[in-house]
Amino acid sequence: MTLLSVRNLTVTLMTASGPADAVRNLSFDIERGQILGIAGESGSGKTMTALSIMGLLPYKGKASGSINFDGEELVGFKPKDLRRVRGKDVAMIFQDPMTSLHPMLTIETQLTEHLRHHRKVSKGEARARALELLDTVKIPDPKTALKAHPSQFSGGMRQRIAIAMALACQPKLLIADEPTTALDVTVQAGILKLLDELRKSQNLSVIVITHDLGVLSALTNRLMIMYAGAEVESGPTSQVLTRPRHPYTQGLIDALPDSGANGKRLIAIEGMPPELGKFPTGCAFHTRCSFARSECKSGTPNKVDIDGIRRIFCTVDPFDTPAGVNR
Amino acid sequence: MKPIVEVNNLSVEYTRGDQKVGAVAGVDLHVGAGEILGLVGESGCGKSTLGKAIVGILQGADGEVNFDGQQVSKIGRGQRDAHFRNLQMIFQDPYGSLNPRRKIGDQIADGPRIGGISKSEALEKAASLLERVGLPRNAVERYPHQFSGGQRQRIAIARALAISPKVIIADEPISALDTSSQAAVANLLVNLVEEFQMGLIFISHDLSIVRRISDRVAVMYLGKIVETGKTEEIWNSPAHPYTKALMSAIPHADGKAFIPLDLPGDVPNPAYPPSGCRFHPRCPLAQGECASREPLHVSLSDGRKVSCILQEAGSAPKTLTF
Repeated sequence: MTLLSVRNLTVTLMTASGPADAVRNLSFDIERGQILGIAGESGSGKTMTALSIMGLLPYKGKASGSINFDGEELVGFKPKDLRRVRGKDVAMIFQDPMTSLHPMLTIETQLTEHLRHHRKVSKGEARARALELLDTVKIPDPKTALKAHPSQFSGGMRQRIAIAMALACQPKLLIADEPTTALDVTVQAGILKLLDELRKSQNLSVIVITHDLGVLSALTNRLMIMYAGAEVESGPTSQVLTRPRHPYTQGLIDALPDSGANGKRLIAIEGMPPELGKFPTGCAFHTRCSFARSECKSGTPNKVDIDGIRRIFCTVDPFDTPAGVNR
Repeated sequence: MKPIVEVNNLSVEYTRGDQKVGAVAGVDLHVGAGEILGLVGESGCGKSTLGKAIVGILQGADGEVNFDGQQVSKIGRGQRDAHFRNLQMIFQDPYGSLNPRRKIGDQIADGPRIGGISKSEALEKAASLLERVGLPRNAVERYPHQFSGGQRQRIAIARALAISPKVIIADEPISALDTSSQAAVANLLVNLVEEFQMGLIFISHDLSIVRRISDRVAVMYLGKIVETGKTEEIWNSPAHPYTKALMSAIPHADGKAFIPLDLPGDVPNPAYPPSGCRFHPRCPLAQGECASREPLHVSLSDGRKVSCILQEAGSAPKTLTF
C-alpha cells in the first residue's frame, strides 16, 4: 500500500542571485514497510526533498507539485495542519545528533515534549513511553538515561536517542538524513541493524538519504539516484547497484574504493557536481558524462522504463545491452 | 627499506581536570620513502593525537620520533631546525586549516619564503603547485571561500608540498569531501607519493579507502597499535579480533541487502582503560585471562605484528571466526 506519493515536486530556493530550483520535477512512491534510499552528492537536492515533505524548507523556499502522504496533500498545507502531521506521522532524524538534540535539556524532557503535545498524555504516561522507547533503541539503563543530558552519551548513543524521539508518536514515515555519516563503522552497523528491525517490527516506512552506497545496499529495498536536483535512475536496490544503467550511477559505483582493479587509483568522475542555480541545461550530467552527445545539451533527457520497476533518465542509455553491464 | 620516520614507544598524556588521560600509550611504527601507511581505528582511539605527536605539535608527547636521521623536536616558541620542514601535516577540515582572510598564493608561499626564496619566486612556485594539484594557476589571487571543499583540500595539499616534504601526515584528508572529490584527492595523494617518493601516513576511519591505497596498515585501539602489517595480508586474514570486527562492520554496495556485523559498546574512556587487553570488554573471542594479562606485541611468520593472546609469536596467523 502506498504511503507517500510524490509527483512532479519542484523546490525553489531563494539564492543571492535570485530563485533557483534545488529539486526538479521529482516523482516517487513509498510503500508501507519499505525503505527507500536516496543517493547523490551534496547539492543534488536529496535533503531539500526530505525537508519539503517535512514542511521545513528554508526561508522563502517553495515547493510545488504534489506530496500525497497517507491521503493528505502536504503541498500548500497550512502551518497549523503541518504541525499536526510533522513529528507525529512523519518524523526525521539528522546527520549530527549533537546538534539535533538540545544540549541543556534532559533526555526525558526531549523525549516526552512532543508526545505530550501530539498525544495529550499525562506526564507519567509520557515517561513510561519514554522508557519503553529507550529500551526499543537499546539504550542501556533507560532510567538513568532519562535524567542525563546529551553530552553524557557517545555519538552512536545520541543517534539512538534521536531515533527514539522520532519514534515517540509512532510515525508512519521516518526520514533519516545521513543517519550514520558522523559515526564509526562499528557503531554505524548497530544503527543499520536497529533501523532494519524497526521497519520489520513496526511496519515503518523509511527514507534513508546518504551518499554511502554501502549503507543503502544494506538497508534499502528501492534506490533513487539524484543529480542536480533531478532523478537520474531508480529501481530495486540490488538491480541498480549490480546493473546500473545511468552513466552517473555507474560512475558512483566505479568510484567506490572496493570496486574493480585499478591498483591504488580510484576511478573518479571528472569534474564536480554543479552548484545550485548553475545546473547545466539539458541533462545536467552531460558536462561530466563520457557518453554525452550533442542532443544531451538541450531538452529533457529521455525517460527509459525498464520492466516497469526501474527507470533511467538518459537519452543515450549506453548500457542498454541484453546482459546489462557489470564492468 | 630504511624507514624515514621511525616512532618508538611514543606516548601522549594530557590532563583533564585532575585526571590523567593516556591518549597514546606506547606506540611503535615506521614509514619508508614512497610508502603509504594507513592508520585506522574508531574515533577516540588516539590516531589524530598520534599524528600530531609525530610532527611535534603536541607538548605532552613522550618517546622517540626519528625523522630522516634526526630526533624530532617539538614546535615551540623558538625556531625549529629547518630539517623538520620536510615533515608536513594535512588536516581533515580544509575550512579550518586555511586562513580565510589571506590569498591562496600567499598562504602556499609562506613555507618557501621562510626557506629563503624571494616573494615572486615563491608565488611562482605556488602557482605551479596549484596546477600540479589540479587547480588553475590564477587561484593564487583568490581566497579560500571561493573554492569547494575538495578544492580547498587540494590547496592544503599544495601548501604542504610547497617545501618538497619527505613525509606527509594526512589526518582524515578526504573524510569531509564528496564521493567524486574523495576519489580525486586520494588519487592525487597516491600520485604525489610515487612522483616524489614521499612517505605518507594516511589517518582514516574509512577502511575501504585505506585498503585501496595503503601498502601497510596499522590498526589502533584505545591508544595502542593492536595489529600492523601488509595491507593485503591483514585484509585476507585479520589476526586481531578488533581488526576483524572493523572489517566486518563495513557495508558493501553489492546489492545483497546484508546488514554488517556491529561491534557492541563504545570505545572506553581512555582515562580508565580496561585492565589486561584493552579490547577485551568488547571482544567476541575474549577469554578469562584477557582481563588480567596484557598481550605482548608479537611478530607472526608473515612479518606482521599483533597483540592478541590467540596468536603465537613466529606462527602463521590463526583464522578468527565470530
